[in-house]
Amino acid sequence: MRRLLYLLPIAVVAILVALFWIGLDPERDKSMLPSALVGKPAPAVDLPALAEGAPRLTLDSFKGQLVAINFFASWCLPCRAEHPVLKELTTELGIPVIGIAWKDKPEASRAFLAELGDPYAATGTDESGRTGIDFGITGIPETFLVDANGIVTYRFAGPLSPEALSDVLVPAIREAKK
Amino acid sequence: MRRALAVIAILWLGLAPALAEVQLADPRQEQRARDLSREIRCVVCQSQSVADSDADIAKDVRAIVREQIAAGRSDQEVRDYLVARYGDFVLFDPPFKASTYVLWIGPFAILLVAGIGVALFFRRRAAEPARIAELDSEERERVARLLDGRKDGA
Repeated sequence: MRRLLYLLPIAVVAILVALFWIGLDPERDKSMLPSALVGKPAPAVDLPALAEGAPRLTLDSFKGQLVAINFFASWCLPCRAEHPVLKELTTELGIPVIGIAWKDKPEASRAFLAELGDPYAATGTDESGRTGIDFGITGIPETFLVDANGIVTYRFAGPLSPEALSDVLVPAIREAKK
Repeated sequence: MRRALAVIAILWLGLAPALAEVQLADPRQEQRARDLSREIRCVVCQSQSVADSDADIAKDVRAIVREQIAAGRSDQEVRDYLVARYGDFVLFDPPFKASTYVLWIGPFAILLVAGIGVALFFRRRAAEPARIAELDSEERERVARLLDGRKDGA
């Protein structure tokens, strides 16, 4: 019993070391909070379409298939950086990407897509940012995967890089398709 | 005069974020909205409340809090609304439940264990106090000899 007591400080130090090890991991991204939405139905989306004359954007027309929802804006530099990866997501992997222009003037978003190309299957404008908050976004870009049953299966905060696509998103897509 | 103007300008800057916002007409509702904003974390600024932050998203959350209070929701309903979107992280006071037991009880448990350790240490010391005081005759002689020797040397 007394021997065990001597081990106690060592055990406490070991626990602290483990905590600091995790907490001080330089790879750990503090913005990567576990989304409260994962495993829950995607919030309702009902937004004006970005393209003039197009019907309002809702998720109903995408029911029954895996889709990605991407929040972007013309003023967001990392969105520009991740743009080619979104194209890849649609063309290479065949996942329709729904774009939501967050807190952006529609003319500015349209100019952004005209310049870089439009990877989105459909695009809505969330000028008030309210739909973004419904999704619990903390900034943009953020990308969500919504499965065939309308359940959010994954959230990626920050710009998608080609590495993030192959290392993180592709496995997440495989998981979501199960 | 110039300095006075500068002081006023600086004070005004400090007030600007609060003044720039539409406030609720009912002062009691406005007070509730402000109190509630203080316990909601600004999700992009780590350790600031939504009430203290000038971040865009914090402004949005303040607007949502006001809007919902104006619509007659209770404080708890507003909290639930935000927790559903951002998780418990959004509250500065996380709820007491299975996944947060360590958070709430941990410090007290560590304090208790440390307290027991300190108590054991002192009890043991109290149990064997006379050890140093009691020298046997041989030791006493040695001490006397050593002390004598020092006197001679000095």
